[in-house]
Amino acid sequence: MAFLTDRKRAVGLGSAKSGVEHFWAMKKSSIALLILVPFFVFTFGGALGGTYEEVLAYYSRPFPAIIAALTIIVGFHHFNMGVQVLIEDYVHGLAEKVAILLMTCLSYGAAAVGVFAIAKLAL
Amino acid sequence: MVQFTLPKNSKIRTGKTWPKPSGGNVRKFQIYRWNPDDGENPRVDTYFIDMDDCGPMVLDALIKIKNEIDPTLTFRRSCREGICGSCAMNIDGINTLACIYGLDEIDGDVKIYPLPHMPVVKDLIPDLTHFYAQHASIMPWLETKTNRPAKEWKQSIEDRKKLDGLYECVMCASCSTSCPSYWWNGDRYLGPAALLHAYRWIIDSRDEATGERLDELNDPFKLYRCHTIMNCAKTCPKGLNPAKAIAEIKKLMVERAV
Repeated sequence: MAFLTDRKRAVGLGSAKSGVEHFWAMKKSSIALLILVPFFVFTFGGALGGTYEEVLAYYSRPFPAIIAALTIIVGFHHFNMGVQVLIEDYVHGLAEKVAILLMTCLSYGAAAVGVFAIAKLAL
Repeated sequence: MVQFTLPKNSKIRTGKTWPKPSGGNVRKFQIYRWNPDDGENPRVDTYFIDMDDCGPMVLDALIKIKNEIDPTLTFRRSCREGICGSCAMNIDGINTLACIYGLDEIDGDVKIYPLPHMPVVKDLIPDLTHFYAQHASIMPWLETKTNRPAKEWKQSIEDRKKLDGLYECVMCASCSTSCPSYWWNGDRYLGPAALLHAYRWIIDSRDEATGERLDELNDPFKLYRCHTIMNCAKTCPKGLNPAKAIAEIKKLMVERAV
């Protein structure tokens, strides 16, 4: 029980003075994915069903490898920001912070694995 | 944390069924009831009204029930013409004003509940204390720094037109209480109504606190909990579009940051 005025409850801790950066970053990565994903689908489709040697040769070329790496990096960055919003929506308190930390590790971990795999194929 | 089930003491039970009048044009009303004084769970009471002896609006039916059947039924109402915003409630699954919602717009039984996800004071009356405090927190008045002019603060016809679709809001809370983000994070998210009012002052050509207003809204919760699902615009009984106002605030935020 706390004797807070209605206004004090409504204002809370005040404005964080941040939020637009996250919003703008999401918009930028959305537009990047709008361009990258079709390229990724077509390049990945080109290699799909090939033998190991064929795929290796295909992803040794710069364009498919760069497109795949960029899609993975931008995609998981976008995923991380999106899932943070989702967690903030539905989970509160300590669980919220822990969930955001875990999902950040998972997002960038998955991105690192993907980029490593592409690098191994390409180089 | 989000709660998907009602607490034990909020589970709604079947309430009293009031006698059915004779006559051919009888309509069934199912109305949420809760009395803070009796310690009972909420219930849904069933009333029957002869529609040949009742006005055309939902509020007419509620007033008829209160006057002629059950004087304990409690609800807010005042202007009966969609100006005061007092009689906002959930009718037939939609948050709207009982006074301007026609009974002919509803198929079958008429189901009436208080506005969703707000503490209930009694029956159809939600506690809007926090909602009003949030509105006050966006400083819903003209802020100026220039010395006051001898006459009025001038505004062009074009600039005045920018306030159309915003100033008409009657603060009935239908939009905010239809918004899932407001349900889950209403303590920190300002909600569509307060944000629509915030935008009304942000784009007022006479207001000189635009930057401060945007500063106050630049927050992951106060503004950016809006994910543009547009329940607010769909439910607004005045036909306004709070989602668009929020999107315009977001655009201004980017405009001054990038």
